[in-house]
Amino acid sequence: MKISAAEVAHVAALARLRLSDEQSEKLTEQINDILAAMDRLNELDTSGVPSTNHALELTGAMRPDQVAPGLDHQRALANAPASDGQSLVVPKVI
Amino acid sequence: MTSSLHDLTLLEARALLDQRQVSSLELTQALLARIEAIEPQVHAYLTVTTELALDMARAADQVLAQGQGGPLTGIPAGIKDVICTQGVATTCASKILAGFVPPYDATLVARLKAAGMVLLGKHNMDEFAMGSSTENSGFFTTHNPWDLAAIPGGSSGGSAASVAAGSALFAVGTDTGGSIRQPASHCGVVGLKPTYGLVSRRGLVAFASSLDQAGPLARTVADAAQVLSVIAGHDPADSTSAPRPVPDYTAALERGVKGLKLGVVQEFFAAGLDPEVEAAVRAALTVLQAQGAELVEVSLPHTDYALPVYYIIAPAEASSNLARYDGVKYGLSLRAPQGDLMDMYLDTRSQGFGPEVIRRIMLGTYALSAGYYEAYYGKAGQVRTLIKQDYLDAFQQVDALLGPVAPTPAFDIGQKTGDPLQMYLSDICTLSVNLAGLPGISVPCGLAASGRPIGLQIIGPHFAEETLLAVGHAYQQASDHHLRRPPL
Repeated sequence: MKISAAEVAHVAALARLRLSDEQSEKLTEQINDILAAMDRLNELDTSGVPSTNHALELTGAMRPDQVAPGLDHQRALANAPASDGQSLVVPKVI
Repeated sequence: MTSSLHDLTLLEARALLDQRQVSSLELTQALLARIEAIEPQVHAYLTVTTELALDMARAADQVLAQGQGGPLTGIPAGIKDVICTQGVATTCASKILAGFVPPYDATLVARLKAAGMVLLGKHNMDEFAMGSSTENSGFFTTHNPWDLAAIPGGSSGGSAASVAAGSALFAVGTDTGGSIRQPASHCGVVGLKPTYGLVSRRGLVAFASSLDQAGPLARTVADAAQVLSVIAGHDPADSTSAPRPVPDYTAALERGVKGLKLGVVQEFFAAGLDPEVEAAVRAALTVLQAQGAELVEVSLPHTDYALPVYYIIAPAEASSNLARYDGVKYGLSLRAPQGDLMDMYLDTRSQGFGPEVIRRIMLGTYALSAGYYEAYYGKAGQVRTLIKQDYLDAFQQVDALLGPVAPTPAFDIGQKTGDPLQMYLSDICTLSVNLAGLPGISVPCGLAASGRPIGLQIIGPHFAEETLLAVGHAYQQASDHHLRRPPL
């Protein structure tokens, strides 16, 4: 499969990235090189093969529902670029 | 004492501390002096915590004076900057996290501290652990102490270079596709990537959640066992952490290899393997054979597919994990005067992430996007099953597998930065181990004519760290590659 410049722009928008024309052009070329290497997977017939999303068979981890201390407001907001002491502050949304 | 304090192994330092022949303060001061002397050439640290280290050393000396202490009491070490340290900047070598100071310790850091470790600082790495050379660091490139013109490997390149150069007695790094083992190999130190789930990932900044695993880098296999014993174990705060008892890894060291069946992975010796690497690894195999191991040829037929599978799954998981860097909660936040929320997202992410991280977010977003999900992510998950099955089949016949860590010794700085696919190929022998969730260790097994180190890789079944440590330790009893130090 090959990715077009328009698809690169679409994917950048999905990923919330703003790319310069030069960046887009270079990425289109590099991603196509990488995708060509990925296409090798089509040599394999995987019909009926289950997917592995985790290498170990994991089951839901359960623990008793007990209240434990967590981060307080002050520490949770200590790294915030902007806050009013109680909440994170962000630019205009609508 | 014939050697400097910074040349000690962890266990040698342990013995001197326990016998009160040296204090932790003296040891820590020696390491800090070493850092000051060599950092202008090696650049292994993003942050050096001088005052904190001296305070921790003084506290360790008080504990030792009372005849108490844990396995790491008073031992100075460095931590990869992808692992959260309370009150100490943790940046993942990314401009988007510059200045981020975690409000809590990663579980593994809390365990190291409880065991008495002295924190020297945070090690440089490829940005968000994406890379094989540490050239993708958002701040500077680390140099290989064996040859300053060479890359140290990556992504835990700062950690490997630091342990090799004697600016930390051990380090803890992370390995998503080879990021502990490959730099360990390139810097002539031991690097152990544990089984997925053995070491808690809480507080480890996520790259690819189904592959990431933290583990030790150290001078010897015995040192690595000592560190693993501290950081391994179930953590209720990590839902993927394995709820199983932790064996005494140091006790497993002396088991030897007599009677063990070790598989030589044919595909790892395929075309493209550097002849010097092949010679050094094959020589290591005969050392193990001479000690009583039985060597058998083993095939992992889907080896060639590990690269495409990895470079779909890891970027896909990364694109999702890195969505959290949005300029809202922490780190870089670029807010144009008249800009709205979307402008903040776009500006912050585009200027905060480096080129390799942007490339992988783009690849991963594409592989997960409508219309391509089945062809890429779906297919990769199925082939991952086949790769894992190859290993499970092999472990029906053998106790562990052997091969090289990297197909070549460390390449030159700048040599592969223009070609991402060439860079990805340097992890060809390590990627499949993460896809299958297995433990693997890199052990120094020689030097190329250029003076750059070569590593032997030992891979085991899930939770067979004891076997890896026994094989690696047996090899180090019969070889001296781990005793060499870089000319620095």
